[in-house]
Amino acid sequence: MLRQIEGSRAVAETVARCRPEVICAYPITPQTHIVEGLSEIVKAGHLKPCEFINVESEFAALSVAIGASAAGARTYTATASQGLLFMAEAVYNASGLGLPIVMTIGNRAIGAPINIWNDHSDSMSMRDAGWIQLFAENNQEAADLHIQAFRLAEELSCPVMVCIDGFILTHAYERVDLPTQEQVDAYLPRFEPRQALDPDQVMSIGAMVGPEAFTEVRYLSHHKQLRALERIPVLSEEFREQFGRASGGLLRRYRTEDADTIVVALGSVNGTIQEVVDDLREEGVKIGSVCLGTFRPFPLAAVREALRNAGRVIVLEKSLAVGIGGIVATDVRMALDGVSARIYTVIAGLGGRAITKASLRKMIGQAQQDQLEPVTFLDLNVGIIQRHLERESKLRRSGPAAENILRDIGLVAARIG
Amino acid sequence: MPTQIIKFYQTGTFTVGNRLLDESQRTVQARMDRTNGLDCGHRACQGCGEALGARYAIDAAMRAAHNQIVVANATGCLEVFSTPYPETSWQVAWMHSLFGNAAAVATGIAAAMKVKGRNQVRVLAQGGDGGTTDIGLGCLSGMFERNDDVLYICYDNEAYMNTGVQRSSATPPAARTATTPVVGDRAESGAKFGQGKSVPLIALAHQIPYVATASVANLHDLEAKVTKAMGLHGARYIHIHVPCPLGWGSASSDTIKIARLAVETGLFPLFEGEYGEITARTPIRRRVPVEEYLKLQKRFAHLFGAEPDAPRIAMIQAIADRNVSKFGLDR
Repeated sequence: MLRQIEGSRAVAETVARCRPEVICAYPITPQTHIVEGLSEIVKAGHLKPCEFINVESEFAALSVAIGASAAGARTYTATASQGLLFMAEAVYNASGLGLPIVMTIGNRAIGAPINIWNDHSDSMSMRDAGWIQLFAENNQEAADLHIQAFRLAEELSCPVMVCIDGFILTHAYERVDLPTQEQVDAYLPRFEPRQALDPDQVMSIGAMVGPEAFTEVRYLSHHKQLRALERIPVLSEEFREQFGRASGGLLRRYRTEDADTIVVALGSVNGTIQEVVDDLREEGVKIGSVCLGTFRPFPLAAVREALRNAGRVIVLEKSLAVGIGGIVATDVRMALDGVSARIYTVIAGLGGRAITKASLRKMIGQAQQDQLEPVTFLDLNVGIIQRHLERESKLRRSGPAAENILRDIGLVAARIG
Repeated sequence: MPTQIIKFYQTGTFTVGNRLLDESQRTVQARMDRTNGLDCGHRACQGCGEALGARYAIDAAMRAAHNQIVVANATGCLEVFSTPYPETSWQVAWMHSLFGNAAAVATGIAAAMKVKGRNQVRVLAQGGDGGTTDIGLGCLSGMFERNDDVLYICYDNEAYMNTGVQRSSATPPAARTATTPVVGDRAESGAKFGQGKSVPLIALAHQIPYVATASVANLHDLEAKVTKAMGLHGARYIHIHVPCPLGWGSASSDTIKIARLAVETGLFPLFEGEYGEITARTPIRRRVPVEEYLKLQKRFAHLFGAEPDAPRIAMIQAIADRNVSKFGLDR
């Protein structure tokens, strides 16, 4: 059913059709509209049986989800940014216990300075937590990935994060083909847990494990993700057959056939990148792009296959590993071990800074002339940085950096452009 | 209280709950069909008050719910000594997730049971004082205010025993712990006065259906309170005082004695509350000066010796006296 709909609402309605039995909700921008939508759907009686629980923190949200999932209920929650960090301990716990919780991340920056806008710092911080991480390119995929996520999570007994760009997707109204209940029911079987707390079949879950078995338990987490590498393309293909559209998968190539230069990115920025690719192709530039749909497990072989013939790979990422540069780029480098391509890391879109076609074109031009720094910050305002560093060198009590920079810029309201 | 009054001085505590009681009122542990929810083989220290309290509490809960219970356990001594992988002492469906989230995990389990229509299954959460009064208080308060259908039991041994006896917000004033050491100025040694919190009263302030304190010195009362709590729905809280020989520096054989002295001095008042009001208390038949309680424990040894620290012993006595008047514990 085609609808002109907000991304969050599309996700909420799609999640509801996945028949979650327990939903835990705690507000944090920009995922709030999703749980608001679900609360309305549950209250109106459109999703039964379902327990919708308003909790007191993100740590509680995921902890309630852990209890519900361990008791055999299909469980969903959503969060973003600081919220994901606040629940970090439970994030690791959920995967360690093998609980197939599905959680939407409305991707948002992490403070300080506090910032509500989009980048990928939040989910990147949990990349090693044992959750599968799927990234949506647009609102259609944001909705569709949730159906695949429940199927994948429950097949493997492994939690899944569906990462959707905050505001850019969560708050954007787009045309979305919402699945019908019959379609989802046909694709997503009933949840049969591997373990469930049950007084009639007594077991202890969450025992202490020492060095004698810890490595093996952790290895099995890794092994699960390796199996996910095989299952994700299969589930995506099954989805295409049943729903009539492509969504999900490990990665998608865009005009990479004979490309010398390939831009790699996660999430919604791929739309802008593809437009730039089209423009440059018009001008005869051999360029393409790869949209990474699955970040954990990292599809090493698929990435290598997609990039191996490119002379230049530009990894554009909305996250920063402070002290080294890229996070996605590091993984791409591993995929390209032994391949002679030049690999550039471009940090872009932090805290919601717009990634414009003009900036991308300029950056790609520099890369093609080998004038791009190995780690580049797209549209970095060098003048502002200089001014602040001078201030710090002159004055011991120079004050808080963020506030000084805002004063230097002379703006009184957030501007994302 | 559904219990029958027993004259301790006539029978001694060893016979309490058995021969003199009506058949229906005898302790759960005295029955052939006791469930041994926390079974033998666990690694608790000799004289562990927490293991004793947990065994009585869980068995009473199992009896009340016809064995249909699920337990969420916070990280801590109880969790560690009961489940050394791949063994477990739990004869109930049991789960450990994290230190600070037992109440929230229990909420999730209760929600799952409700949605699956398994209304006969009752959910408990349990933890030590660290997991309850400190790191788990947020989740506990959330569970309380939503009135989730969970009975939370705190086994209070007044410090972080699992990590090696550090101060918690349940550590009493003057007590020596690894982080409130006895060094330097004698008048400042041990835990500070004027700190700490009463989670039973905090629970009561949430206006939940049932709050009680209990002691391993009065196991029959403990069982009765658990049974009463299991007869109710919504958020319920029982705070059990459980001496820790290791952390308190007391003899393993003195666990019950020390627990009883905590009650009889007035330092650990036994009471029940419903919907924000205190509804019952256990009066103290014969009050005991706090010294009797303190001097059996090495954590208070610095208050005694050749020159007892009279001012601070008096301050502790004042706490006991205040409890007695506040809760109306005089007969």
